[in-house]
Amino acid sequence: MSNAIMDMVNKANQKEEAPKFDIGDTVDVHTKILEGAKERIQVFSGVVIGRSGKGSQEMFMVRRIVAGQGVERKFPVHSPRIDKIEVKRSGVTRRAKLYFLRDRVGKAVRLKERRRV
Amino acid sequence: MLPSILGRKVGMTQVFLEDGTAVPVTVVQAGPCHVLQIRSKERDGYEAVQLGFEDKPRRLAARSERGQVAALDSKRSKNRAAAGVEVAAKADCEPQRFVREFRGPVNATVGDALTVEQFTDVKNVDVTGTSKGRGFSGVMKRHNFAGQRASHGVKKCHRHAGGTGMSASPSRVFKGKKMPGQYGNSRVTTRNLQVVSIDTENNLLLVRGAVPGPNGGFVSIRQTNKV
Repeated sequence: MSNAIMDMVNKANQKEEAPKFDIGDTVDVHTKILEGAKERIQVFSGVVIGRSGKGSQEMFMVRRIVAGQGVERKFPVHSPRIDKIEVKRSGVTRRAKLYFLRDRVGKAVRLKERRRV
Repeated sequence: MLPSILGRKVGMTQVFLEDGTAVPVTVVQAGPCHVLQIRSKERDGYEAVQLGFEDKPRRLAARSERGQVAALDSKRSKNRAAAGVEVAAKADCEPQRFVREFRGPVNATVGDALTVEQFTDVKNVDVTGTSKGRGFSGVMKRHNFAGQRASHGVKKCHRHAGGTGMSASPSRVFKGKKMPGQYGNSRVTTRNLQVVSIDTENNLLLVRGAVPGPNGGFVSIRQTNKV
């Protein structure tokens, strides 16, 4: 629904500059984690296999292989708990959701690297 | 008087709290509300404050609605003034679209404008509105009945209620048996909703969770009396 008031509320809940990354990118997601009173940063790195939602509610999904087991984590793009998202490598993709990676094992998981012009 | 205000439901969204948790909220545009009348024990038999929300164009307002908010000049008012009858205090504002009373001891005067600022220290609120009308609905939608099976001999009765009573004794259906009928479009109060934030600049109130009625529907909000 588009409405001036809703837009304003949503805007206030978005990061001023949305982190820039694409589907197929290999990223490091730096998340702030509270342990008692101490805050530390945990990094989750993997391939972005999809984005969903829009505006302040947008989410993105990151997939990686841990000890031979596929692990997927979904993050809100605009969450204040996400410190930063670093793009390590860009992959060539022809679709918006890379669910086909779930069926692939070993070397086949790799995506062709995209050369940035 | 508990903090109370009238408003309009704008819509639902999601906001992040300071600690990063995402919370579902309903945005309500509330106030400023003029105090139109004060009900008192001596005059009306109960104590309450009458609030109005949103100006109504004068061309759409009946003369009685204009007379409710401002003193009008008429033959009758002149006659009454001549007879020494005091005119009740008027808010002196535009006719209002949505007028509701809030009961309880009053600490306001006619003409005051109440804003969302009252809710600065309020943790939880009750929100009353008119729920979305669903028309004549069956028991599955209206009363959450389970319906009947899709197969195993069930014919044309998949969304029916099943039996409605016993046999020769009592030979009747008890009163209050849940059956199909009009569902929705009724006054509904959702209690104990947490106030997530207020925006005094834009007269917004963000309440955790859902609020009765469609987007754009009128709602009345007051501090909860639930412990």
